[in-house]
Amino acid sequence: MKFSRRGALGLALGGVAASMLPMRAMAAGAEEAIAAFTGGAAVGTEGLTLTAPEIAENGNTVPVAVNAPGAVAIAIFAAGNPTPGVATFTFGPAAGSQSASTRIRLSQTQDVVAVAKMADGSFVQASANVKVTIGGCGG
Amino acid sequence: MISRREFIQASLAASTILGASGLSRWSRAMAQQALTQDQLLQFDDFGNVTLIHITDIHAQAKPIYFREPEINLGVGEAKGVPPHVVGADFLKMFNIQPGTPEAYALTYENFTDLAKAYGKMGGMDRVATVVKAIRAARPEALLLDGGDTWHGSMTSLMTKGQDMVNIMNALGTDAMTSHWEWTFGQDRVKEIVESLPFPFLGANIFDAEWDEPAFEPYKIFERGGVRIAVIGQAFPYMPIANPKWMFPDFSFGIREERMQQVVDEVRAEGVDLVVCLSHNGFDVDRKMVSRVKGIDVILTGHTHDAVPEPVLVGDTILIASGSNGKFVSRVDLDVRDGRMMGFRHKLIPIFSDVITPDADMAALIDAERAPFKADLEEVVGQTESLLYRRGNFNGTWDDLICEAILSERDAEIAMSPGVRWGTTLLPGDAITREDIHNATSMTYGACYRTEMSGEMIHTIMEDVADNIFNADPYYQQGGDMVRIGGMGYHIDVSKPIGQRVTNMTLLKDGSAIDPARNYVVAGWASVNEGTEGPQIWDVIESHVRKIGTVKLEPNTSVVVTGA
Repeated sequence: MKFSRRGALGLALGGVAASMLPMRAMAAGAEEAIAAFTGGAAVGTEGLTLTAPEIAENGNTVPVAVNAPGAVAIAIFAAGNPTPGVATFTFGPAAGSQSASTRIRLSQTQDVVAVAKMADGSFVQASANVKVTIGGCGG
Repeated sequence: MISRREFIQASLAASTILGASGLSRWSRAMAQQALTQDQLLQFDDFGNVTLIHITDIHAQAKPIYFREPEINLGVGEAKGVPPHVVGADFLKMFNIQPGTPEAYALTYENFTDLAKAYGKMGGMDRVATVVKAIRAARPEALLLDGGDTWHGSMTSLMTKGQDMVNIMNALGTDAMTSHWEWTFGQDRVKEIVESLPFPFLGANIFDAEWDEPAFEPYKIFERGGVRIAVIGQAFPYMPIANPKWMFPDFSFGIREERMQQVVDEVRAEGVDLVVCLSHNGFDVDRKMVSRVKGIDVILTGHTHDAVPEPVLVGDTILIASGSNGKFVSRVDLDVRDGRMMGFRHKLIPIFSDVITPDADMAALIDAERAPFKADLEEVVGQTESLLYRRGNFNGTWDDLICEAILSERDAEIAMSPGVRWGTTLLPGDAITREDIHNATSMTYGACYRTEMSGEMIHTIMEDVADNIFNADPYYQQGGDMVRIGGMGYHIDVSKPIGQRVTNMTLLKDGSAIDPARNYVVAGWASVNEGTEGPQIWDVIESHVRKIGTVKLEPNTSVVVTGA
């Protein structure tokens, strides 16, 4: 997994620790992986922004960004990848903002899902469909 | 309290009472067959700001014929609404009589007869006359170019866009955005941009490595005491629809959140009016302005739609000004107290036989063409068929191109890209080398020959179809369906990706396309670096010289359902 410099700088300035290793539990599928992160808790939809392109310019390196004010951790999942778990960003009390950006590889058109754990222990989720296309024929 | 939107509409109604609907005046003039330049230009000045919009010229400096689409299907919420209305339905919707000059300019029916009656359209020397006339009335008018300006003709290819750059500079352009400009390569784009006397705007053009803004996002103009922000939005799918290797350092995308951020930024600067000069395409723009707040006017481009009245989305007006220099939009706005209070609009048709060419611009165009004149005008053959491209599925130009590819490249199946540019020839016209370039000119025109499995062909067809018929406009790239020679198919545009294209049939023997078999496929405009083959215009020229006269049979190989 490759960090963009900007993403890495942003993380460093924010006093954020990032764990980029895919969790083994996620290999079984995105739903299981998400459940492992949330512990099966109910997941809301407000308060997390996930930014991803509608159509990937290069499926091998798709920029995604997450922002969830007040979060203590944000996990990103690529629901259609063989290993859905992409990254979990954890934010300490000194973090200036609860946002991060990175680039991920998408094997095919799929939903990218982000789940944030808030300070009160609740969870919120956002998803974006990213299309990986052959291209050509633009008018 | 009256809402801002109601205020605009109330103002629009008042304008109509004053006879300000450009179209109704235009209709009356045309009905009397009394086309005059004064009538085409007639406009009761309104408000305190004037915008002049031209887009998708595709380097057509000289007058041309351009047949508007016969099939232009909208899906999802865009079904049956402009710009997805054609022919008789279009005439009815905008209250236009069949057979009138405006019916000729805006629709396809009876095109050949009307074209012979009303003549060619466009020509940058005629456009210059119109721009000068508007500026005579409104000296502070802003002239905004929506892009796809430097590409599309033999002269623009030979000069790497320089002929159009010189023409647009002489026209007095105030700002532009971009799409096909990038197919001259990023170094050439940068070289030209450094020379431009106006900004090359693109809020969504980012540095691919650092994912940071790489071009000027907007420019603030002060005109008539009004501060106007013009935000540029380049074609979002550059590296997907066109060869990424030609501009590897740049990333594009719709970047809706970025557009909102830029709008907020200029609003915070205290501008009175926010204009977005966009190359998103109409449906993408319609969705974007329904979600991004604070844009007063969006000047749309890319999808080549000519819509005679503004489309209102919330408080935003969408202006669609056609292509190939056929139209210039004049938009007068009443801007007071930091708000757009009303507008008056006219889509001015550039009838080349009615509007007097501007002498200086005509001389400049001739000078640009002079070095190539003999090559441009060389007659290659004749056509007895109407040759046009625009439409969601195969047009006659691509039927001819596919026929040339099958014959000259000894292929079973031919593919021609569903681009929306390409001018029209009438039955009886000579076909010149320039005409062939008008349908094919590009910097990646190699005509490849390769083998593809039936499964691969199906995947390509589905992929392209989803770029047009995905119900979410943000996934539409704004081209038309890839044109196919040697193969027929059925398409249900209402289905999701993977299920639209069925009944693929090899036309030469009527056999079903076998997913496992390999077929010899030839085509052009591959986005892959290192594509080899003769240039497509040479392939076509060779074919046309052999057959002498083009006579095409009606093409019934594509069966469309679900519309």
